[in-house]
Amino acid sequence: MVHTRERSLLPTAEPLSLLNKDGSPVADPPLAMPDDGVLLELHRRMVIGRRFDTQATALTKQGRLAVYPSSRGQEACQVGAVLALGAHDWLFPTYRDSVALVTRGVDPAGTLTLLQGGWHLGYDPYEHRVGPQCTPLATNTLHAVGFAHAARLKGEDTAALVMLGDGATSEGDTHEALNFAGVWQAPVVFLVQNNGYAISVPLSKQNAAPSLAHKGIGYGVPSVLVDGNDAAAVYAVVREALESGGPTLIEARTYRIEAHTNADDATRYRTSDEVAAWLDRDPVDRVESYLTSRGLLDATRKAAVAAEAEEFAAAVRARLNTDQEHDPASMFEHVYATPTRQLREQAAALAGETA
Amino acid sequence: MTVTMAGALNRALADALADDPSVLVFGEDVGALGGVFRVTDGLADRFGETRVFDTPLAESGIVGTAIGMAMNGLRPVVEMQFDAFAYPAFEQITSHLAKLRNRTGGKVSLPVVIRVPYGGGIGGVEHHSDSSEAYYTHTPGLTVVTPGTPDDAYRLLRDSIASPDPVIFLEPKRRYWAKGELSGPAVPMDRALVRKTGSDVTLIAYGPMVATALETADAAVEEGWDVEVVDLRTLTPFDDETVCASVRKTGRAVVVHEASGFGGYGAEVVARVTERCFHHLHAPVLRVTGFDIPYPPPKLEEHHLPNVDRILDAVARLQWDDEVVEAYGA
Ligand SMILES: Cc1ncc(C[n+]2csc(CCOP(=O)(O)OP(=O)(O)O)c2C)c(N)n1
Ligand SMILES: [Mg+2]
Repeated sequence: MVHTRERSLLPTAEPLSLLNKDGSPVADPPLAMPDDGVLLELHRRMVIGRRFDTQATALTKQGRLAVYPSSRGQEACQVGAVLALGAHDWLFPTYRDSVALVTRGVDPAGTLTLLQGGWHLGYDPYEHRVGPQCTPLATNTLHAVGFAHAARLKGEDTAALVMLGDGATSEGDTHEALNFAGVWQAPVVFLVQNNGYAISVPLSKQNAAPSLAHKGIGYGVPSVLVDGNDAAAVYAVVREALESGGPTLIEARTYRIEAHTNADDATRYRTSDEVAAWLDRDPVDRVESYLTSRGLLDATRKAAVAAEAEEFAAAVRARLNTDQEHDPASMFEHVYATPTRQLREQAAALAGETA
Repeated sequence: MTVTMAGALNRALADALADDPSVLVFGEDVGALGGVFRVTDGLADRFGETRVFDTPLAESGIVGTAIGMAMNGLRPVVEMQFDAFAYPAFEQITSHLAKLRNRTGGKVSLPVVIRVPYGGGIGGVEHHSDSSEAYYTHTPGLTVVTPGTPDDAYRLLRDSIASPDPVIFLEPKRRYWAKGELSGPAVPMDRALVRKTGSDVTLIAYGPMVATALETADAAVEEGWDVEVVDLRTLTPFDDETVCASVRKTGRAVVVHEASGFGGYGAEVVARVTERCFHHLHAPVLRVTGFDIPYPPPKLEEHHLPNVDRILDAVARLQWDDEVVEAYGA
């Protein structure tokens, strides 16, 4: 069955979904269910992504990473969105989106370079069409709009997807970006992962609109509210948005199971009951139950995926546990296209100190 | 050919648009109106709405989208309407534009030019006369350029658009209507230029103060001083060589700028000159700058801005009668 939802400036009152939290399909689905092959891939990538995330948290505890913002609980957003992207599309992620990056194919060690602290970025953005992980909140929204508009001007069939958090929707750049995207009708998807908190600040102190997705109407940008723990639904709405050829604001309702980062103490601002309620809505379990009930995922395949995830984590562990040399001279490189005389002198002075 | 500085800038934009299809010009009112200073006059007509266009009114949006476009292979030349109205874009400029090349290990190049009409002297009401250069020169990764003459305006803007690095292009708005020949010397973008040679003292100036420094040099003849004028042109990266060669020759220097003195760009110039030319100096290097006040209202700005008399006073304070220096040289 082909679903052609009319693109609306206002989101639905309730989040769109395809799977109930127990994995049963929703009655009267508002979206087209992805193909079985896609669903299996969503599951596989989410299992690997979660294992990667757990590994990164462990490496942080061992002092191998300077800091790690976990996306545990948000795998449906990170994986669903990335698998919906075409090869020519671009992803503009944040610090939170390591799982999205490895799903896109970015080298996992390179994904962690920023957080490991050896350099600010560990991959070539042009290789997998992934912008640098962005720390200044919401600033990447404008890069995505500019990139997508440039593609349009150049006659290229490229869309951009930018990830941001609920807190980042309060930043001015988000609003400028939505407005530019609306005026230019740029092929860009704003995926807001509403995980309920900006560090400690709950959504209620961030926003007075009926939903974050409601903000789209002010900019003429069609908006969608989706269950962010339903990978099938996230995949479907991102796909629709990419295919629309114009801008879309998507709010995905999800939850950050871990603290903001390893350095944060979440018990100061939220209850364990709240966390437990969201553990009950686990995005990986949901797809797994559905695929199992459909007979698409048996014990053998589950074990194979789990083994693959273990292997993935082991490789990350091995890479990150290897002590790396950090050449101080690298600090002076690529400040300008051609090193200035002053930087050459300063680099030489430092080399003299460390010789 | 005689043109105004605004006309020279317009020509530079037109020639760049004609030569390179990846060049785009956008900002507030740059389309049909041709910019509030008419620097983009006629460009939208000639090159069409996809190359030269008005954007929504949002400076962070203009610079942020320019970054995305540059990542995608275009060369945006954007206009900030006035100096103080570039501040909303400060985060995009300092956190991304300046740093992305370094952050990405050279994988991402951002050939973006941000044109900013700056400085006072046009009777502008509040927020229309800031000299904001030090905010940018303090940010590694940016090239900061400011022309003093129409000829240099043309050349430096062409060079800035061709540069692989992001350029903050500061246009001295009080000199937009100054006329000159489009036929000056072809000097590389990163070199300062001796505008007038002299043997007694070096005036170091840039942007709107180049003309003031040259007037001062003329006036100084009556006082018996032979003044050399160095036009910095590119503020960062800094051309130590040209500046120091001049100061070593004259043994005296005054740095002139409109911006407030404290923590200003001139402080850096004085420090660099002192560190490198100490044994050639007959006197401390002085500064003539705006006062350390918010830019004053138009009826008072003449008291704030450096002028010929104030610069001559500074020159007079350069210890000309110092016996010890006379006796032993420098
Ligand atoms: C401009 C800016 N201000 C403040 C910060 C510090 N900071 C980092 S993450 C964060 C919370 C962001 O919350 P949200 O947008 O909901 O994303 P989440 O971390 O929940 O994924 C803050 C305040 C920042 N990175 N950038
Ligand atoms: Mg959040």
